Amino acid sequence: MFDTLTNTIPNRPGVGFKAQHAAEVMARPAALGWVEIHAENYMGDGGPALAQLRALREVYPVSCHGVGLSIGGERPLDTDHLARLRKLVDWLEPALFSEHLAWSTHDSGFLNDLLPLPYTQAAVDRIVSHITQVQDVLGKQMLLENPSTYVAFAQSEMDEITFLREIATRSGCGLLLDVNNVFVSATNQDYDPVAYIDAFPLDHVGEIHLGGHEEDADEVGAPLLIDTHSRPVVPDVWQLYAHTIARGGPRPTLIEWDNDVPDWPVLEAELTRADQVLTHA
Amino acid sequence: MLEGFGAALLDPDAKVPDGVIRPDGHPAWRRFTVYRNNVVSSLIDALETGFPTVAKLVGTEFFAAMAGVFVRAHPPSNPLMFKYGAAFPDWIAGFRPASSLPYLPDVARLDLARREAFHAADAAPAAPTLLAEIAPEALDTARLRLLPSLRVVTSSFPILTIWRINHEGADLPLTQTAQSVLILRPEMTVTMWPLPTGADTFLMALSDGAPLAEAAEAAAMVHRDFDLSTTMQTLIPARAFAGVIDA
Repeated sequence: MFDTLTNTIPNRPGVGFKAQHAAEVMARPAALGWVEIHAENYMGDGGPALAQLRALREVYPVSCHGVGLSIGGERPLDTDHLARLRKLVDWLEPALFSEHLAWSTHDSGFLNDLLPLPYTQAAVDRIVSHITQVQDVLGKQMLLENPSTYVAFAQSEMDEITFLREIATRSGCGLLLDVNNVFVSATNQDYDPVAYIDAFPLDHVGEIHLGGHEEDADEVGAPLLIDTHSRPVVPDVWQLYAHTIARGGPRPTLIEWDNDVPDWPVLEAELTRADQVLTHA
Repeated sequence: MLEGFGAALLDPDAKVPDGVIRPDGHPAWRRFTVYRNNVVSSLIDALETGFPTVAKLVGTEFFAAMAGVFVRAHPPSNPLMFKYGAAFPDWIAGFRPASSLPYLPDVARLDLARREAFHAADAAPAAPTLLAEIAPEALDTARLRLLPSLRVVTSSFPILTIWRINHEGADLPLTQTAQSVLILRPEMTVTMWPLPTGADTFLMALSDGAPLAEAAEAAAMVHRDFDLSTTMQTLIPARAFAGVIDA
């Protein structure tokens, strides 16, 4: 249905699409190479949201980012939701589909947050089976995103990179490396973000996310960064991003700004900055 | 393990789940609270987006307090946030702190109907000459198909006037009149129309598949002053019909 020539995501900056920027995005600004949408916002039967997405897909490569599959959860995947996702992916034909190393579905309902989990061998087995199911239903490879975390689990048996690498190797999924999440988690869990990037299996990375966070502190005054997607990318994260690109080469890079969304020129400046890192790689 | 974590998120009195720790190995109370706040505030935000007129009428602070009680008791059943809150209007009707605003549940129903119309399936409205194209002898038994986005909210309060005052800054007199409102999306914009007496019953009969004459009779049974021609004079310009269902 769509032009297959636009069906790959280039190693350029992309943006998380917001309806308030529709006019500016449809004008095809030079710094913008592709767009990403949240799958769950486009699962209605019709109306302006779907019409807008169709228009976007006609002029941009589109990446589809799920926020509701609860891939890290202990319970079986919601097959109704998987069917909705398949319906969307079938008509949209996105160049990429990604989801989170997190969970959100609980006995009481859908908790609408990306919740953390202990990194155990049992969790690897469970997540590999969930990802295999997703890739089978969608008929395409998915990317799994590293989380931003505020807590650790005493039950964890391995570090995050070992966990992600084993999942990617066994399921055949790719990885989405959120560099801001690396910085947030490393600060919150007290490890070195540069060492994390240096150990990360960058060969598996099909996309990078950059976003803003806010600073807080816990009850003993230890730094606590909150992944809010509500601010510009901070200088430390730009630096970590440049280090990532220098080490692994250019990758499609998304600017995520989901809350307190600014006027378009502010986002465009972030895109331009990412473009400079990518073109000088 | 994760079930306990999830239950503690919705219970403000629950302790930090076992094994959830800070980098120094101690229980991560403040850090766990970040997740707890994110879950509740993101759901409250979803309701505030979905019920903008309710939020405007009661103010942000009251809305957050009211929605906070609802989201802990009724978290969404699936990840589609644009569908969340279908049970909110009925729940508001039983929420005592809001009882001084008796029209609030119906205003919530109007907000919900607008949201449903926005996301409903697309369908081209029939031409305004729809009825003229039906042979006169077939008119009584003709079955009309309504637009998939069509909703009706009937209230003992002037909910359409309340909506227009709040969103369009309309300078309208607020009288104690009941209003029945037609909500639909003929193209990409949701529109609303005040309905004449009995039109709600008439539309409900049509959506159940009743032929024109039968639906008009049903409306006249319930509302003595139902008038088919007045009703059609609203429904046709509103573009409520998608076409005629073949017999």
